[in-house]
Amino acid sequence: MGKGEGGKVRSLVRDPRGRFGLAVLGLALLCALAAPVVSAGDPAAQRDVVATRFLPPLSTDLHGVVHPLGTDRFGRDVWTRLVYGARISLGVGTLAVLLSVAIGLVVGAVAGFSSGPVPVVLLALTDFALALPRVVLLLLLAALWRPSAALVVVVLGLTGWMSIARLVHGEVRSLATRPFVEGAVSLGLRRTRILARHILPNALTPVIVAAALGIGNAIMLEAGLSFLGVGVQPPVPSWGNMIASGRDTLLNAPWVATAPGVALVLVVVACTLLGDALQDALSPASRGQTLR
Amino acid sequence: MLTALARRLAAGLAVVAGVATLTFLLLRLAPGDPVERLLGPAATAEQLTAQRQALGLDRPLPAQYAAWLARVAAGEWGRSIASGRPVRAVLGEAWPATAALVGLSLLLSYLLGIAVGAAQAARGGTRLDTALSVSTVTLFALPGYWLGLMLVLVFTYRLRILPSFGAHGYDSDALAGLARLRDLLRHVALPLATLTLVGIGGTARFVRGAMLDVRAAPFVTTALAKGLAAPRIWLHHVLRNALVPVVTLLGLSLPALFSGAVFVEAVFAWPGVGRILVEAVQARDYPVVMAATTVSAILVVLGNLLGDLLLGWVDPRVGHREWGRGKGER
Repeated sequence: MGKGEGGKVRSLVRDPRGRFGLAVLGLALLCALAAPVVSAGDPAAQRDVVATRFLPPLSTDLHGVVHPLGTDRFGRDVWTRLVYGARISLGVGTLAVLLSVAIGLVVGAVAGFSSGPVPVVLLALTDFALALPRVVLLLLLAALWRPSAALVVVVLGLTGWMSIARLVHGEVRSLATRPFVEGAVSLGLRRTRILARHILPNALTPVIVAAALGIGNAIMLEAGLSFLGVGVQPPVPSWGNMIASGRDTLLNAPWVATAPGVALVLVVVACTLLGDALQDALSPASRGQTLR
Repeated sequence: MLTALARRLAAGLAVVAGVATLTFLLLRLAPGDPVERLLGPAATAEQLTAQRQALGLDRPLPAQYAAWLARVAAGEWGRSIASGRPVRAVLGEAWPATAALVGLSLLLSYLLGIAVGAAQAARGGTRLDTALSVSTVTLFALPGYWLGLMLVLVFTYRLRILPSFGAHGYDSDALAGLARLRDLLRHVALPLATLTLVGIGGTARFVRGAMLDVRAAPFVTTALAKGLAAPRIWLHHVLRNALVPVVTLLGLSLPALFSGAVFVEAVFAWPGVGRILVEAVQARDYPVVMAATTVSAILVVLGNLLGDLLLGWVDPRVGHREWGRGKGER
């Protein structure tokens, strides 16, 4: 890491978008990690289904347990399911993006820093994968094995690396012609070392921004797959399958579908704003000017 | 120009062929058997074997693939295993519904998105810009299926003014002329609003960024220095040039819109291709899945090609698309 990291962090925190993004994501992460502490405990707990189902938000059941976001049709506490679902949604989104970034970094770096037929093949592969209809592919892949959170991570990771590869390829290509890289080459360093130590660290800025945006997108897609029934399976709570189960009781218990949706939107907005703020903090030149 | 077009067409054909091959392989690798689902749990082993033989599913995979290719080359998509109806008829009924939904929402979300984005850029840094930024980033983050449910909650369950599923009412066959159109419009309202609202967010964010980029260009400074009126600069210099990347986005947003339509059709039981595709994948209805994915791949490729051609027309400096250029995508 080079100089000025402190300044970048400071400008990120000074930006209201960065503050909002960090605060919301931090809060969501905290709730997810501390789920047993901040909630009633077991997300699948059912106690006297008939008496405790469809309780509206902020009500207290016969056992004296408070349900801040109400209960669903099985009498399960929505808030508890929401914070346990955050573990799945945030975890799946983050891991899927890490997988995408890993594949994209390798493909983009190799394509940008090698010669001969290798880059041509890699670029063609990337363009091809980019042209595949992602949701159709997701549906097919998710139907292949028994649906699970791990499968969703793999499927989202395998269908999300192409834009990262494109970004890294462009950065590596332009960095490879810079004097400091030519210097490293003339010093006789190995090409893999030049790539790993001199080029890639300098090519990471757009990747970080794309990853922040990608996590929001991945969380949204995970919820979509779970909503269609090919993602995380009940009774394990994920925001997507919570929305799906709330769909059937939309009329008499709208809070069951509303709560996970609001959480989802907040987290995705936070990712988008954080991505925007990172973009500005890491490359001040991109800040827009105004005309009056 | 012609050679570039031919190269693009060849690449597009390769993509379509790749999608078809990949779909074929994935479908056959997947557990689950259409014949078992068709005949039910009471079927005997002989009945299953006989049905597989009748459908040609007992032959080796390469032979089945070659047979499928040969049939498609002759314009024959086969019959649905689940319903026995010709695939052409099944999809022929569904495509107009999806095309209408996606086409209308594309038009509306671009018109409204460009208007919002342009207003934001022109009032950059003001409260209006901030308020609209918050709105568009929220719209951009809304999952279509959830927004759809919320609209149903408000407009169907609370206000009771719009229907929540299907493309027609039960009595639509008895309606004539204007009443029938009104019925259709009422049914399309919620799915269309869902897709359009989500689309506006992305387009407006992109247009705002593109306009602020152009705003920083030297020729705009020149126009300002010449003393041209601000509205004229915004319309003729900034907006016009900012629309160049938006045209590319138009072609690229087709697949995203189609993806969105898959979810929205599932929520509103809209009788389109997305719903048929989800059902066919779950039923392992091989011919229907193959035809639906192949046709949607063709449309995506054509959409990208159209975007590129439009781009060449809007901005003559662009020969053909290059690698490594950033783009707005979802």
